[in-house]
Amino acid sequence: MTALNKEQLAARVAQDIPAGAFVNLGIGLPTLVSDHLDPDSGVTLHTENGLLGMGPAAVGDEIDPDLVNAGKIAVTEMPGASYFNQAESFAMMRGGHIDVCVLGAFEVSVEGDLANWSTGTPDAIPAVGGAMDLAVGARLTWVMMNLFTKSGEPKLVETCTLPLTGVGCVSRIYSDVAVFDVGVKDDAGSPLPPRVLETFGITFDELQDRLGLTLLDHTESGAGS
Amino acid sequence: MTTFVNTTLEAIGDIADGATVMVSGFGSAGQPVALIDALIEHGATDLTIVSNNAGNGDEGLARLIQLGRVRRMVCSFPRQSDSWHFDEAYRAGRVELELVPQGNLAERIRAAGAGIGAFYTPTGFGTPLAEGKETREIDGLGHVLEYPIRADVALVKAHRSDGVGNLTYRKTARNFGPIMATAATRTVVEVTDIVDTGLIDPESVVTPCIYVDTVVQVTYPLAGSSDEGAAA
Repeated sequence: MTALNKEQLAARVAQDIPAGAFVNLGIGLPTLVSDHLDPDSGVTLHTENGLLGMGPAAVGDEIDPDLVNAGKIAVTEMPGASYFNQAESFAMMRGGHIDVCVLGAFEVSVEGDLANWSTGTPDAIPAVGGAMDLAVGARLTWVMMNLFTKSGEPKLVETCTLPLTGVGCVSRIYSDVAVFDVGVKDDAGSPLPPRVLETFGITFDELQDRLGLTLLDHTESGAGS
Repeated sequence: MTTFVNTTLEAIGDIADGATVMVSGFGSAGQPVALIDALIEHGATDLTIVSNNAGNGDEGLARLIQLGRVRRMVCSFPRQSDSWHFDEAYRAGRVELELVPQGNLAERIRAAGAGIGAFYTPTGFGTPLAEGKETREIDGLGHVLEYPIRADVALVKAHRSDGVGNLTYRKTARNFGPIMATAATRTVVEVTDIVDTGLIDPESVVTPCIYVDTVVQVTYPLAGSSDEGAAA
Protein backbone atom coordinates (compact mmCIF):
# COMPACT_ATOMS: atom_id res chain seq x y z
CA MET A 1 0.00 0.00 0.00
CA THR A 2 1.19 3.51 -0.82
CA ALA A 3 0.35 6.96 0.51
CA LEU A 4 -3.21 8.06 -0.25
CA ASN A 5 -3.91 10.61 -2.96
CA LYS A 6 -6.46 13.38 -2.31
CA GLU A 7 -9.45 11.40 -3.55
CA GLN A 8 -8.46 8.29 -1.60
CA LEU A 9 -8.00 10.41 1.50
CA ALA A 10 -11.43 12.00 0.98
CA ALA A 11 -12.94 8.53 0.58
CA ARG A 12 -11.22 7.38 3.78
CA VAL A 13 -12.72 10.31 5.75
CA ALA A 14 -16.16 9.74 4.20
CA GLN A 15 -16.05 6.09 5.34
CA ASP A 16 -15.94 7.20 9.01
CA ILE A 17 -18.79 9.73 8.86
CA PRO A 18 -21.74 8.14 10.66
CA ALA A 19 -24.99 7.61 8.78
CA GLY A 20 -27.45 10.42 9.47
CA ALA A 21 -24.76 12.82 10.71
CA PHE A 22 -24.87 16.61 10.31
CA VAL A 23 -21.48 17.58 8.92
CA ASN A 24 -19.57 20.75 8.10
CA LEU A 25 -16.77 20.41 5.55
CA GLY A 26 -14.15 23.17 5.65
CA ILE A 27 -12.84 25.05 2.65
CA GLY A 28 -10.18 23.32 0.51
CA LEU A 29 -9.32 19.63 0.82
CA PRO A 30 -12.30 18.72 3.06
CA THR A 31 -14.83 19.74 0.39
CA LEU A 32 -13.72 16.65 -1.58
CA VAL A 33 -15.27 14.43 1.11
CA SER A 34 -18.78 15.21 -0.13
CA ASP A 35 -18.11 13.38 -3.42
CA HIS A 36 -17.47 10.18 -1.50
CA LEU A 37 -20.49 10.15 0.81
CA ASP A 38 -23.00 7.41 0.09
CA PRO A 39 -26.18 9.19 -1.05
CA ASP A 40 -28.19 6.71 1.04
CA SER A 41 -26.24 7.47 4.24
CA GLY A 42 -28.53 10.34 5.17
CA VAL A 43 -25.61 12.68 5.86
CA THR A 44 -26.67 16.35 5.82
CA LEU A 45 -24.12 19.04 4.97
CA HIS A 46 -24.07 22.38 6.80
CA THR A 47 -22.38 25.43 5.34
CA GLU A 48 -21.80 28.17 7.90
CA ASN A 49 -22.95 30.98 5.63
CA GLY A 50 -26.47 29.78 6.34
CA LEU A 51 -27.62 26.54 4.71
CA LEU A 52 -28.36 23.06 6.02
CA GLY A 53 -28.84 20.49 3.27
CA MET A 54 -26.22 21.72 0.84
CA GLY A 55 -26.00 19.85 -2.46
CA PRO A 56 -23.18 19.53 -5.01
CA ALA A 57 -21.53 22.45 -6.79
CA ALA A 58 -23.89 24.21 -9.21
CA VAL A 59 -23.29 23.92 -12.95
CA GLY A 60 -24.77 25.80 -15.92
CA ASP A 61 -28.28 27.06 -15.29
CA GLU A 62 -28.15 25.97 -11.65
CA ILE A 63 -25.70 28.77 -10.80
CA ASP A 64 -27.41 31.35 -8.59
CA PRO A 65 -25.37 34.18 -7.04
CA ASP A 66 -27.63 34.01 -3.96
CA LEU A 67 -26.71 30.36 -3.33
CA VAL A 68 -23.08 29.88 -2.38
CA ASN A 69 -21.06 27.87 0.12
CA ALA A 70 -18.56 29.12 2.71
CA GLY A 71 -15.90 29.30 -0.01
CA LYS A 72 -18.28 31.51 -2.05
CA ILE A 73 -18.60 28.77 -4.67
CA ALA A 74 -22.04 28.38 -6.29
CA VAL A 75 -23.74 25.28 -4.89
CA THR A 76 -27.19 23.65 -4.93
CA GLU A 77 -29.75 22.82 -2.24
CA MET A 78 -30.99 19.31 -1.46
CA PRO A 79 -34.65 18.43 -0.83
CA GLY A 80 -35.28 19.21 2.83
CA ALA A 81 -32.77 22.07 2.91
CA SER A 82 -33.22 25.11 5.15
CA TYR A 83 -31.78 28.63 5.23
CA PHE A 84 -31.04 30.69 8.34
CA ASN A 85 -29.15 33.79 9.41
CA GLN A 86 -25.52 33.92 10.56
CA ALA A 87 -26.25 34.00 14.29
CA GLU A 88 -28.39 30.90 14.01
CA SER A 89 -25.88 29.16 11.76
CA PHE A 90 -23.10 29.62 14.30
CA ALA A 91 -25.40 28.78 17.22
CA MET A 92 -26.00 25.50 15.39
CA MET A 93 -22.24 25.00 15.30
CA ARG A 94 -21.24 26.38 18.71
CA GLY A 95 -24.18 24.69 20.41
CA GLY A 96 -22.85 21.25 19.54
CA HIS A 97 -25.59 20.36 17.06
CA ILE A 98 -23.13 19.63 14.24
CA ASP A 99 -21.80 16.10 14.68
CA VAL A 100 -18.59 16.35 12.69
CA CYS A 101 -16.52 19.19 11.29
CA VAL A 102 -13.67 18.35 8.89
CA LEU A 103 -11.02 21.06 8.56
CA GLY A 104 -7.71 21.58 6.80
CA ALA A 105 -4.66 22.50 8.89
CA PHE A 106 -1.22 24.06 8.79
CA GLU A 107 -0.27 22.42 12.10
CA VAL A 108 -1.90 20.20 14.73
CA SER A 109 -0.28 19.49 18.10
CA VAL A 110 -0.22 16.12 19.86
CA GLU A 111 -2.75 17.54 22.33
CA GLY A 112 -5.13 18.56 19.56
CA ASP A 113 -4.35 22.27 19.27
CA LEU A 114 -5.12 23.51 15.77
CA ALA A 115 -3.41 26.18 13.64
CA ASN A 116 -5.16 26.69 10.31
CA TRP A 117 -6.00 30.39 9.87
CA SER A 118 -2.72 32.30 9.72
CA THR A 119 0.71 31.47 8.33
CA GLY A 120 2.08 34.14 10.67
CA THR A 121 3.76 35.97 7.78
CA PRO A 122 4.18 39.60 8.92
CA ASP A 123 2.87 41.27 5.74
CA ALA A 124 -0.01 38.83 5.20
CA ILE A 125 -3.50 40.27 5.46
CA PRO A 126 -5.16 38.43 8.34
CA ALA A 127 -8.46 36.64 7.74
CA VAL A 128 -10.15 34.15 10.05
CA GLY A 129 -13.72 33.68 8.83
CA GLY A 130 -15.49 30.86 10.66
CA ALA A 131 -12.34 28.82 11.38
CA MET A 132 -12.24 29.48 15.14
CA ASP A 133 -15.97 28.88 15.58
CA LEU A 134 -15.85 25.64 13.60
CA ALA A 135 -12.79 24.35 15.46
CA VAL A 136 -14.43 24.49 18.89
CA GLY A 137 -18.10 24.15 18.02
CA ALA A 138 -18.66 20.74 16.49
CA ARG A 139 -19.00 17.62 18.63
CA LEU A 140 -16.06 16.11 16.74
CA THR A 141 -13.40 18.15 14.94
CA TRP A 142 -11.35 16.17 12.45
CA VAL A 143 -8.41 17.41 10.44
CA MET A 144 -7.70 16.28 6.89
CA MET A 145 -4.24 17.15 5.58
CA ASN A 146 -1.00 15.93 4.08
CA LEU A 147 1.19 14.99 7.03
CA PHE A 148 4.24 16.85 5.72
CA THR A 149 4.69 20.23 4.04
CA LYS A 150 6.08 20.40 0.52
CA SER A 151 9.52 20.91 2.05
CA GLY A 152 9.05 17.83 4.24
CA GLU A 153 8.32 19.48 7.60
CA PRO A 154 5.88 17.55 9.82
CA LYS A 155 2.48 19.16 10.39
CA LEU A 156 1.74 17.01 13.45
CA VAL A 157 3.97 18.62 16.06
CA GLU A 158 4.67 18.66 19.78
CA THR A 159 3.59 22.32 20.04
CA CYS A 160 2.15 24.54 17.30
CA THR A 161 4.42 27.39 16.21
CA LEU A 162 1.76 29.21 14.13
CA PRO A 163 -1.07 31.34 15.59
CA LEU A 164 -3.68 29.02 17.10
CA THR A 165 -7.22 28.56 15.82
CA GLY A 166 -8.35 26.54 18.83
CA VAL A 167 -6.95 24.78 21.89
CA GLY A 168 -7.27 21.01 22.26
CA CYS A 169 -10.11 20.89 19.75
CA VAL A 170 -8.94 18.26 17.24
CA SER A 171 -9.68 14.62 18.05
CA ARG A 172 -8.59 12.90 14.84
CA ILE A 173 -6.24 13.50 11.91
CA TYR A 174 -6.72 11.86 8.53
CA SER A 175 -3.52 12.23 6.53
CA ASP A 176 -2.06 10.83 3.35
CA VAL A 177 0.16 8.44 5.30
CA ALA A 178 -1.67 7.73 8.55
CA VAL A 179 -4.79 8.18 10.67
CA PHE A 180 -4.22 9.43 14.22
CA ASP A 181 -6.20 10.11 17.37
CA VAL A 182 -4.77 13.17 19.12
CA GLY A 183 -5.55 14.89 22.40
CA VAL A 184 -5.92 11.48 24.01
CA LYS A 185 -5.87 11.39 27.82
CA ASP A 186 -5.50 8.57 30.31
CA ASP A 187 -8.06 7.85 33.02
CA ALA A 188 -6.38 10.38 35.31
CA GLY A 189 -6.67 13.09 32.64
CA SER A 190 -2.96 13.16 31.76
CA PRO A 191 -2.10 13.56 28.08
CA LEU A 192 -1.10 10.45 26.14
CA PRO A 193 0.88 10.36 22.87
CA PRO A 194 -1.07 10.29 19.60
CA ARG A 195 -2.48 6.89 18.65
CA VAL A 196 -1.73 5.68 15.14
CA LEU A 197 -4.83 3.84 13.90
CA GLU A 198 -3.77 3.11 10.32
CA THR A 199 -0.78 3.71 8.07
CA PHE A 200 -0.56 4.00 4.29
CA GLY A 201 2.76 3.12 2.64
CA ILE A 202 4.84 3.74 5.77
CA THR A 203 5.67 1.62 8.79
CA PHE A 204 4.90 2.70 12.34
CA ASP A 205 8.62 3.01 13.10
CA GLU A 206 9.28 5.12 9.98
CA LEU A 207 6.36 7.36 10.91
CA GLN A 208 7.64 7.86 14.44
CA ASP A 209 11.12 8.65 13.05
CA ARG A 210 9.93 11.15 10.46
CA LEU A 211 7.70 12.97 12.95
CA GLY A 212 10.26 12.90 15.74
CA LEU A 213 7.41 12.15 18.15
CA THR A 214 6.51 9.35 20.49
CA LEU A 215 3.44 7.59 19.12
CA LEU A 216 1.27 4.67 20.24
CA ASP A 217 0.79 1.86 17.74
CA HIS A 218 -2.93 1.06 17.49
CA THR A 219 -2.76 -0.28 13.93
CA GLU A 220 -4.11 -3.76 13.28
CA SER A 221 -0.58 -5.17 13.30
CA GLY A 222 0.44 -3.04 16.27
CA ALA A 223 0.62 -4.17 19.84
CA GLY A 224 -1.70 -1.40 20.99
CA SER A 225 1.11 -0.27 23.25
CA MET B 1 -43.24 52.54 11.17
CA THR B 2 -41.51 51.72 7.90
CA THR B 3 -41.15 54.42 5.26
CA PHE B 4 -41.05 53.56 1.56
CA VAL B 5 -39.05 55.87 -0.69
CA ASN B 6 -38.36 56.05 -4.41
CA THR B 7 -34.60 56.46 -4.62
CA THR B 8 -31.66 54.89 -2.86
CA LEU B 9 -30.26 58.35 -2.05
CA GLU B 10 -33.47 59.25 -0.18
CA ALA B 11 -33.35 55.84 1.48
CA ILE B 12 -29.94 56.21 3.08
CA GLY B 13 -30.85 59.71 4.27
CA ASP B 14 -28.24 61.56 6.25
CA ILE B 15 -25.24 59.56 7.37
CA ALA B 16 -22.72 61.54 9.40
CA ASP B 17 -18.97 61.46 8.79
CA GLY B 18 -17.47 59.04 11.29
CA ALA B 19 -20.64 56.91 11.49
CA THR B 20 -20.63 53.15 12.03
CA VAL B 21 -22.42 51.42 9.18
CA MET B 22 -23.31 47.72 9.00
CA VAL B 23 -23.35 46.24 5.51
CA SER B 24 -25.05 42.88 4.96
CA GLY B 25 -23.64 40.19 2.71
CA PHE B 26 -21.31 37.24 2.53
CA GLY B 27 -19.04 38.14 -0.36
CA SER B 28 -21.38 39.35 -3.08
CA ALA B 29 -24.38 37.32 -1.88
CA GLY B 30 -26.68 39.71 -0.03
CA GLN B 31 -24.46 42.77 -0.43
CA PRO B 32 -26.66 45.89 -0.83
CA VAL B 33 -24.70 47.32 -3.75
CA ALA B 34 -27.39 49.86 -4.71
CA LEU B 35 -27.43 51.31 -1.18
CA ILE B 36 -23.62 51.39 -1.05
CA ASP B 37 -23.62 53.27 -4.37
CA ALA B 38 -25.96 55.79 -2.76
CA LEU B 39 -23.68 56.06 0.26
CA ILE B 40 -20.79 56.79 -2.09
CA GLU B 41 -22.80 59.49 -3.84
CA HIS B 42 -23.92 60.90 -0.50
CA GLY B 43 -20.25 61.46 0.38
CA ALA B 44 -20.03 60.39 4.04
CA THR B 45 -16.46 59.56 4.99
CA ASP B 46 -14.30 58.41 7.92
CA LEU B 47 -16.72 55.49 8.27
CA THR B 48 -16.47 52.35 10.37
CA ILE B 49 -17.87 49.49 8.32
CA VAL B 50 -19.09 46.27 9.93
CA SER B 51 -19.36 43.54 7.31
CA ASN B 52 -18.20 39.93 6.95
CA ASN B 53 -15.84 40.72 4.08
CA ALA B 54 -14.03 43.80 2.85
CA GLY B 55 -15.31 44.07 -0.68
CA ASN B 56 -15.11 42.05 -3.86
CA GLY B 57 -13.91 43.30 -7.24
CA ASP B 58 -14.51 46.98 -7.99
CA GLU B 59 -18.12 47.57 -6.92
CA GLY B 60 -20.07 48.09 -3.72
CA LEU B 61 -18.02 47.91 -0.54
CA ALA B 62 -14.79 47.52 -2.55
CA ARG B 63 -15.46 50.86 -4.26
CA LEU B 64 -16.27 52.58 -0.96
CA ILE B 65 -12.86 51.45 0.32
CA GLN B 66 -11.13 52.40 -2.93
CA LEU B 67 -12.51 55.93 -2.60
CA GLY B 68 -10.98 56.27 0.88
CA ARG B 69 -14.29 56.61 2.74
CA VAL B 70 -13.57 53.82 5.21
CA ARG B 71 -11.37 54.45 8.23
CA ARG B 72 -11.99 51.16 10.02
CA MET B 73 -13.25 47.71 9.00
CA VAL B 74 -14.77 45.25 11.46
CA CYS B 75 -14.92 41.93 9.65
CA SER B 76 -14.02 38.24 9.72
CA PHE B 77 -12.53 37.61 6.31
CA PRO B 78 -11.11 40.63 4.47
CA ARG B 79 -8.59 38.72 2.35
CA GLN B 80 -10.06 37.25 -0.81
CA SER B 81 -8.87 36.64 -4.34
CA ASP B 82 -10.66 39.82 -5.46
CA SER B 83 -10.20 42.09 -2.40
CA TRP B 84 -7.47 44.20 -4.04
CA HIS B 85 -8.86 47.57 -2.93
CA PHE B 86 -8.91 46.55 0.73
CA ASP B 87 -5.49 44.89 0.43
CA GLU B 88 -3.96 48.07 -0.98
CA ALA B 89 -5.61 50.39 1.59
CA TYR B 90 -4.63 48.09 4.47
CA ARG B 91 -1.00 47.77 3.37
CA ALA B 92 -0.79 51.55 2.93
CA GLY B 93 -2.12 52.00 6.47
CA ARG B 94 -5.22 53.89 5.26
CA VAL B 95 -7.69 51.50 6.90
CA GLU B 96 -7.69 49.89 10.36
CA LEU B 97 -8.88 46.32 10.80
CA GLU B 98 -10.64 44.64 13.71
CA LEU B 99 -10.62 40.95 12.85
CA VAL B 100 -13.49 39.02 14.49
CA PRO B 101 -14.27 35.30 14.15
CA GLN B 102 -17.37 35.00 11.99
CA GLY B 103 -19.58 33.41 14.64
CA ASN B 104 -18.50 36.00 17.21
CA LEU B 105 -19.21 38.76 14.69
CA ALA B 106 -22.71 37.38 14.19
CA GLU B 107 -23.38 36.87 17.90
CA ARG B 108 -22.04 40.30 18.84
CA ILE B 109 -24.40 41.86 16.30
CA ARG B 110 -27.27 39.69 17.55
CA ALA B 111 -26.46 40.67 21.15
CA ALA B 112 -26.65 44.36 20.27
CA GLY B 113 -30.08 43.90 18.71
CA ALA B 114 -31.30 41.77 21.62
CA GLY B 115 -30.14 44.05 24.41
CA ILE B 116 -27.51 41.66 25.76
CA GLY B 117 -24.69 43.46 27.59
CA ALA B 118 -21.96 40.93 26.78
CA PHE B 119 -21.53 37.16 26.55
CA TYR B 120 -18.95 34.42 27.12
CA THR B 121 -18.04 32.22 24.15
CA PRO B 122 -15.47 29.44 23.73
CA THR B 123 -14.65 30.67 20.24
CA GLY B 124 -11.17 32.16 20.03
CA PHE B 125 -10.09 31.14 23.54
CA GLY B 126 -6.31 30.72 23.69
CA THR B 127 -5.80 32.36 20.28
CA PRO B 128 -4.29 35.74 19.29
CA LEU B 129 -7.81 37.12 18.67
CA ALA B 130 -8.64 36.80 22.38
CA GLU B 131 -5.54 38.62 23.60
CA GLY B 132 -6.36 41.28 26.18
CA LYS B 133 -9.94 40.06 26.61
CA GLU B 134 -11.49 38.83 29.85
CA THR B 135 -11.70 35.07 30.10
CA ARG B 136 -13.43 32.63 32.41
CA GLU B 137 -13.61 28.87 32.78
CA ILE B 138 -17.18 27.63 32.48
CA ASP B 139 -17.94 23.88 32.76
CA GLY B 140 -14.23 23.17 32.40
CA LEU B 141 -13.94 25.06 29.14
CA GLY B 142 -12.17 28.38 28.54
CA HIS B 143 -14.49 31.20 27.44
CA VAL B 144 -13.86 34.76 26.20
CA LEU B 145 -16.00 37.78 27.10
CA GLU B 146 -17.31 39.50 23.98
CA TYR B 147 -19.25 42.78 23.75
CA PRO B 148 -22.07 43.74 21.35
CA ILE B 149 -21.47 45.58 18.08
CA ARG B 150 -23.96 48.36 17.38
CA ALA B 151 -24.23 50.67 14.40
CA ASP B 152 -25.72 54.02 13.51
CA VAL B 153 -27.08 52.64 10.25
CA ALA B 154 -27.54 49.13 8.81
CA LEU B 155 -27.65 48.75 5.03
CA VAL B 156 -29.40 45.47 4.26
CA LYS B 157 -30.29 43.64 1.08
CA ALA B 158 -33.47 41.59 1.37
CA HIS B 159 -35.53 40.00 -1.39
CA ARG B 160 -39.12 41.01 -0.71
CA SER B 161 -41.00 43.47 1.47
CA ASP B 162 -44.71 43.72 2.03
CA GLY B 163 -46.49 47.05 2.47
CA VAL B 164 -45.50 47.43 6.11
CA GLY B 165 -41.85 46.38 5.80
CA ASN B 166 -41.91 42.69 6.74
CA LEU B 167 -39.02 41.07 4.91
CA THR B 168 -38.01 37.79 3.32
CA TYR B 169 -34.63 36.94 1.86
CA ARG B 170 -33.30 34.66 -0.87
CA LYS B 171 -31.24 31.57 -0.06
CA THR B 172 -27.75 32.20 1.37
CA ALA B 173 -28.08 35.93 0.61
CA ARG B 174 -29.93 36.08 3.95
CA ASN B 175 -26.68 35.71 5.98
CA PHE B 176 -26.15 38.87 8.12
CA GLY B 177 -29.29 40.77 7.00
CA PRO B 178 -31.74 39.70 9.72
CA ILE B 179 -29.32 40.36 12.61
CA MET B 180 -27.92 43.62 11.26
CA ALA B 181 -31.49 44.88 10.85
CA THR B 182 -31.90 44.59 14.63
CA ALA B 183 -28.58 46.16 15.68
CA ALA B 184 -28.59 49.66 14.20
CA THR B 185 -30.28 52.90 15.19
CA ARG B 186 -31.64 53.09 11.63
CA THR B 187 -32.13 50.17 9.24
CA VAL B 188 -32.33 50.81 5.51
CA VAL B 189 -33.31 47.95 3.24
CA GLU B 190 -33.14 47.46 -0.50
CA VAL B 191 -35.44 44.85 -2.01
CA THR B 192 -36.10 43.74 -5.56
CA ASP B 193 -39.75 43.02 -4.90
CA ILE B 194 -42.56 44.75 -2.97
CA VAL B 195 -45.88 42.96 -2.52
CA ASP B 196 -49.17 43.97 -0.95
CA THR B 197 -49.49 43.53 2.79
CA GLY B 198 -50.91 40.09 3.45
CA LEU B 199 -49.07 38.44 0.58
CA ILE B 200 -46.18 37.39 2.80
CA ASP B 201 -47.50 34.63 5.05
CA PRO B 202 -47.00 35.79 8.67
CA GLU B 203 -45.46 32.35 9.36
CA SER B 204 -42.82 33.06 6.70
CA VAL B 205 -41.73 36.56 7.70
CA VAL B 206 -37.98 36.50 8.41
CA THR B 207 -37.46 40.10 9.56
CA PRO B 208 -40.57 41.58 11.23
CA CYS B 209 -41.23 45.18 10.21
CA ILE B 210 -40.44 46.54 13.70
CA TYR B 211 -36.74 46.42 12.76
CA VAL B 212 -37.11 48.18 9.42
CA ASP B 213 -37.05 51.97 9.03
CA THR B 214 -36.79 52.53 5.28
CA VAL B 215 -37.37 50.37 2.21
CA VAL B 216 -36.43 51.10 -1.39
CA GLN B 217 -37.04 48.90 -4.41
CA VAL B 218 -34.11 48.39 -6.78
CA THR B 219 -33.55 46.49 -10.00
CA TYR B 220 -30.47 44.39 -10.66
CA PRO B 221 -28.24 44.55 -12.59
CA LEU B 222 -27.79 48.17 -11.59
CA ALA B 223 -27.96 50.57 -14.50
CA GLY B 224 -25.04 52.70 -13.40
CA SER B 225 -22.79 53.62 -10.53
CA SER B 226 -25.09 56.18 -8.87
CA ASP B 227 -28.64 55.80 -7.60
CA GLU B 228 -29.93 54.89 -11.04
CA GLY B 229 -30.51 51.47 -9.53
CA ALA B 230 -33.70 52.80 -7.97
CA ALA B 231 -36.55 51.38 -9.98
CA ALA B 232 -39.44 53.61 -9.07
